[in-house]
Amino acid sequence: MTNTALTPGTTRSSRAVTASPRRGTVTAVATILAGILALGLLSGALRAAVLPPPLVAAPTPAAAVLVRQVLEVQTPGAGQQQPSEIGLRITGDPGAPTSYAVPDFIALTPGTEEIGRTIGEVLWQDLNFEREFYLIPRDTYGSVPVARGPTQIPFDAWRELGADAVVFGTIRRDGDTLRVEVRLFNVRSRQSVFGIEYSGSDRDPRQYAHAASDDIHLQQRALNGVARTRIAFASDRNRESVVGTVEVRDVKEVYITDYDGANQRRITANRQLNITPVWSPDGRAIAYTSYRRGYPDVFIAYIYEGRQETPTEGVGQNFLPAWSPDGTQIAFTSNRDGNSEIYVMNSDGSNVRRLTSNPAIDVTPTWSPTGTQIAFTSDRSGSPQIYLMGADGLNLRRVTLEESYADRPTWSPAPFNEIAFASRTGPGYDIKTYDLATGVVRQITFGQGSNESPAFSPNGRHIAFTSSRTGSQQIFTVGRDGRNVRQLTRNGNNNTPSWSR
Amino acid sequence: MQNMQDIVGVVLVGTLLAACGGNEAPAVEPVAPTPEPPPLVEAPIAEPPPLVAEIVSDAPPPLVEDTIENRSLDEINLESPFTPVFFGLDSFVLDAEAQQMAAANAELLYQFPTWVVTIEGHCDERGTAEYNLALGERRAQAVKAYLVSLGIEESRILTVSYGKEFPFDPGHDEQAWAANRRGHFVLTSR
Repeated sequence: MTNTALTPGTTRSSRAVTASPRRGTVTAVATILAGILALGLLSGALRAAVLPPPLVAAPTPAAAVLVRQVLEVQTPGAGQQQPSEIGLRITGDPGAPTSYAVPDFIALTPGTEEIGRTIGEVLWQDLNFEREFYLIPRDTYGSVPVARGPTQIPFDAWRELGADAVVFGTIRRDGDTLRVEVRLFNVRSRQSVFGIEYSGSDRDPRQYAHAASDDIHLQQRALNGVARTRIAFASDRNRESVVGTVEVRDVKEVYITDYDGANQRRITANRQLNITPVWSPDGRAIAYTSYRRGYPDVFIAYIYEGRQETPTEGVGQNFLPAWSPDGTQIAFTSNRDGNSEIYVMNSDGSNVRRLTSNPAIDVTPTWSPTGTQIAFTSDRSGSPQIYLMGADGLNLRRVTLEESYADRPTWSPAPFNEIAFASRTGPGYDIKTYDLATGVVRQITFGQGSNESPAFSPNGRHIAFTSSRTGSQQIFTVGRDGRNVRQLTRNGNNNTPSWSR
Repeated sequence: MQNMQDIVGVVLVGTLLAACGGNEAPAVEPVAPTPEPPPLVEAPIAEPPPLVAEIVSDAPPPLVEDTIENRSLDEINLESPFTPVFFGLDSFVLDAEAQQMAAANAELLYQFPTWVVTIEGHCDERGTAEYNLALGERRAQAVKAYLVSLGIEESRILTVSYGKEFPFDPGHDEQAWAANRRGHFVLTSR
């Protein structure tokens, strides 16, 4: 159980700066409001309901926009005094994780029972994912009377089940608009510490659970959850054949999925090889390597605008793009000067700089969270190893010393300062991390098939990777402690994941 | 289409055989009236077989050259006249056998001076996806460099790496891996 060392203060500022662009994919509005909410809750300014301005994000074809309204919560000891953060934070017995119960949401509009069940189940899964809380299994709730309203919650029954916190949620439908109210109650104090109403389309009820999970993690643990993040990857699941070759070759197209494997959908359709997708930091674009011209080149798909850019067009063969943390630059590998070297360009293709100059292979760059350094793979020592250099190409040093073969470095986000990579550990590979401060290497996966292409979640607590453990290549996620392995894909072969910021 | 080729092929073979027969006839004719030089007869007769044998072994190239007029690039690549160049694990070095394969392909490029080929670099699944993209590139470049050293113009050889994305043998054993570590020739234009 790793608790992020973020203080509430840093959470607020980082939230406002770094998280708001990501909401472009789900809800641009909600994030800004999340910052406002966090500020409000933490400073205790929420005695009366805070009505956020009725902002509506620009509609994007693929994004579910949830409008949210903060509800009145009963804060313990609230009078003229400001309630403390500790008052809002639900804790369990000393030394034990806080136990959460998440029953089905209540259908206030007939016919929304299934949605209520879905949101309850998904919220349970979302809260369980970060392993900050102990989630009481939902199939044990049968003995607890169902509350139809917030005043009917059977706290004694929840207490007997071992719950420290219980979620009470309701669903109302108005045409194709859903109103989902989420409250979090402290079972001991019987008071609500969290209340938000989300409203929006009824197209994907799971998004309501994801939004609530992120808000609860933020309020209760000052943690940026990943429930609204997505993972991009390459897949041959359609079993379409590549055009322009006599060989039998399955195309690979770029797909995206919610972090939990739901809502998988294709975003390229050119019947060629499309691999190594990477999310732009603002979540609005995916850069990837495409062979649609018959050779590898970097393409950028602005997925909500249907726009495509080809920043490296016409100059050599270019592959494995990597966005700088601020999204203004892209590092990539190119053979334009004769062999594989690392280059950096502005994301529009201008201002190309060559960073490496070595007759050996230099490939697959990754940026440090501050954008000042780049790690990459080179076989200049005779085998593939991870190296590090400044974003100007200077101050080169070798990172991996004990590995026989190391590839695909991926730098973790703050507060961790690690580089994950694939290491040859036998016939196949395992994911390892290198701690830049201590030089300590930790192994994350252990010989279940071959495990490659690690990609960190935006909060640094999880790693997506490709594994052959089921017999074909599939996308998995795992906690940075090596626990909580989850399989996201099952159709065809799926590889080279990238986790949205 | 295939029938046409067959017909063309048969006609060509027939023509060649007829041509052979035509060569034989004059040699036999003067021999017939004189009973004395059977050894002479033997000699010309003995020679034609090697001659015929030579024609048969050499026949495919001219035949290919002729039928190629009727064939698309895809049809040629389907029954590729090229030999793949195989590599060792993690290696982009052409060993003696690989050089032999590459040289055979160079021979074809000499014969068809307008042909342009793409050398695809492929890797087995024992390397990682990302590094393999570069390794496949390195393999394709190594084959190209060897062909250039044999006198093939650089401009006639394109290269592309597919890493381990398009295995030729989907298996997970030594045999499959060996088959998948290759420089694969594709006729791109002619």
